[in-house]
Amino acid sequence: MSQPAIIEVHNLVKQFPKVRAVDGVSFSVRAGACFGLLGPNGAGKTTTVEIMEGIDTPTSGDVLYRGKPIGRKFQEEAGIQFQTTALQDFLTVRETLRLFRGLYARGADLDEVIRVCSLEQLLDRNNRKLSGGQRQRLLLALALVNDPKVVFLDEPTTGLDPQARRNFWELIRAIKARQTTVVLTTHYMEEAYLLCDVIAIMDHGRIIAEGSPESLLKEHFDEVIISLPREDVPAEISEIPFTVFTSEEWFEISTADVKGAIAILMERGVPLNRIRIRPRNLEDLFLELTGKELRA
Amino acid sequence: MKRFLAVLHARNLEFVRDKGSMGWNLLLPILLVFGLATVFSYDRPMYQVGVLADDSEFTADLHPFFETRYVDFFRVEDEQDAIRKLSRHQMDMLLDLRGDKRYWINTDSPNGYILERLLMQTDASGLRQETVTGQRIRYVDWLLPGILGMNMMFSCLFGVGYVIVRYRKNGFLKRLHATPLRAIEFIGAQLTSRLILIMMITTFVYIGTTYFVGLRAEGSHVTLFLVATLGAVSMIALGLLIAARVHSEELAGGILNMITWPMMLLSGVWFSMEGKNPLMQAASKFLPLTQTLDAVRAVIFDGATLSDISSHIYALAGMTTVFLVLGAWLFRWRLD
Repeated sequence: MSQPAIIEVHNLVKQFPKVRAVDGVSFSVRAGACFGLLGPNGAGKTTTVEIMEGIDTPTSGDVLYRGKPIGRKFQEEAGIQFQTTALQDFLTVRETLRLFRGLYARGADLDEVIRVCSLEQLLDRNNRKLSGGQRQRLLLALALVNDPKVVFLDEPTTGLDPQARRNFWELIRAIKARQTTVVLTTHYMEEAYLLCDVIAIMDHGRIIAEGSPESLLKEHFDEVIISLPREDVPAEISEIPFTVFTSEEWFEISTADVKGAIAILMERGVPLNRIRIRPRNLEDLFLELTGKELRA
Repeated sequence: MKRFLAVLHARNLEFVRDKGSMGWNLLLPILLVFGLATVFSYDRPMYQVGVLADDSEFTADLHPFFETRYVDFFRVEDEQDAIRKLSRHQMDMLLDLRGDKRYWINTDSPNGYILERLLMQTDASGLRQETVTGQRIRYVDWLLPGILGMNMMFSCLFGVGYVIVRYRKNGFLKRLHATPLRAIEFIGAQLTSRLILIMMITTFVYIGTTYFVGLRAEGSHVTLFLVATLGAVSMIALGLLIAARVHSEELAGGILNMITWPMMLLSGVWFSMEGKNPLMQAASKFLPLTQTLDAVRAVIFDGATLSDISSHIYALAGMTTVFLVLGAWLFRWRLD
């Protein structure tokens, strides 16, 4: 059975003097789900999330938490991790956790939070001496000290190396397993695909697509991408009955008829030693919807 | 209260572990007091005699005492003020050559005794002796509260104002804003943390330096502590007001310098404002450091009670209230 919405966003608008950062955004987040907000820099996703978090105010529109405007109850029950947060100098990890735990009326067992975020070996380390991945784990732990019902993670893996990023994904999966609602903003399509139950793609302050990653891909694509190195394909090959994308390095065909496309390529004498076939992904979807790269 | 205590504890740890800042807060006033005590240990080489007279020239025709060499005769206008200075050894004798001719000496002053002997050698007939008592206030005694007040001012204004601006700039305030912490709890914790630490440091330095220079307060130490505490609260509140909306450390530094330098010059840290430009004197009364130092010196040198310095107490309480109310009203966790 589908869970009720824990957060509802109604026709949100945020107008700055020279730009409308959020332009009539509406969506809802189901309790226990991982909701991903995707978009390039300047799309309005951080502004949207900060209004949802209650640290910014909308020009118009509403954000409801459990059916009521956000207030003290929300602040007690929400955990928030900003993309970058400075912490107090000269405090250790343990002291920082205790500080934030002290700001909430109720909270999680700190030992459990420390275990979930793998901070056992870092408790007596000064905040300033943490690596990027360690710091992100501490920031996540700070978002969990109040045993939140909903956690906001704003680009939590930006700047992490691939291994640290994958470790962080495991932490987010652990949070999801506790039925905690997660609102995630990210640049990384793989991250959104692997973690999110529902994604909303934003551009120019509007939501241009919303749904589960699989349903969105199925809705927009029934094709796959066949890629070949540019130098393997003669110039006249563009005269083929498929949608073709070319870049400096790659020659790509979008088609649902893989067999037919390969047959034509063979007819034209194109070497297939370095051929790649992949399904369409969220990067392609974003390109399809907006005409630009997600991380441009 | 739980949230307040959590922030207070964290801020205290941060301050105590910042060895550089802590050391500087302790070392600066000690170095200044000891250094200035050494520099000013040879002040006032001559005997000083204040003169109340209608004549403009101090010549032998007016009185043969004026022919005495190595004595600095200077005109004074206010009799009561001159007597007060005599009692504090800021002059050695007061001579009144107006209608009822008199001279005052401080019976606790060796210089006064010698000057009286010299006066007798010339012509003391017709001059009635008046006496005052009181221990000498050396420049270093007078300066010591000023140095401690100045250190307190820097610590309160920069230690609170600058830190909050830094917190806002680096996003720590934004993170706190995302918790149930209220602005008043945050401000209260910052104020209390800084107040506890600055009063501990000031008390420690006061005890050490007064012992070193041999200064003994005439008034109650409890009164002194209360006045100093109120002064510190007032200046911390001013720091909070300055930090309420600023998000650039450079701008905060500029504003704080703009406020601390006039206070350092006009509040009587280094020299008394008595006899200075009346407009400047009036302006200085609006500075919390002026009110604090005037009250503290009255307690130390005149033995003033809380009642005697009530005007300063009211002024400081008023300023504190205005700064806090405005600071809390203007305070923003983050600025767009």
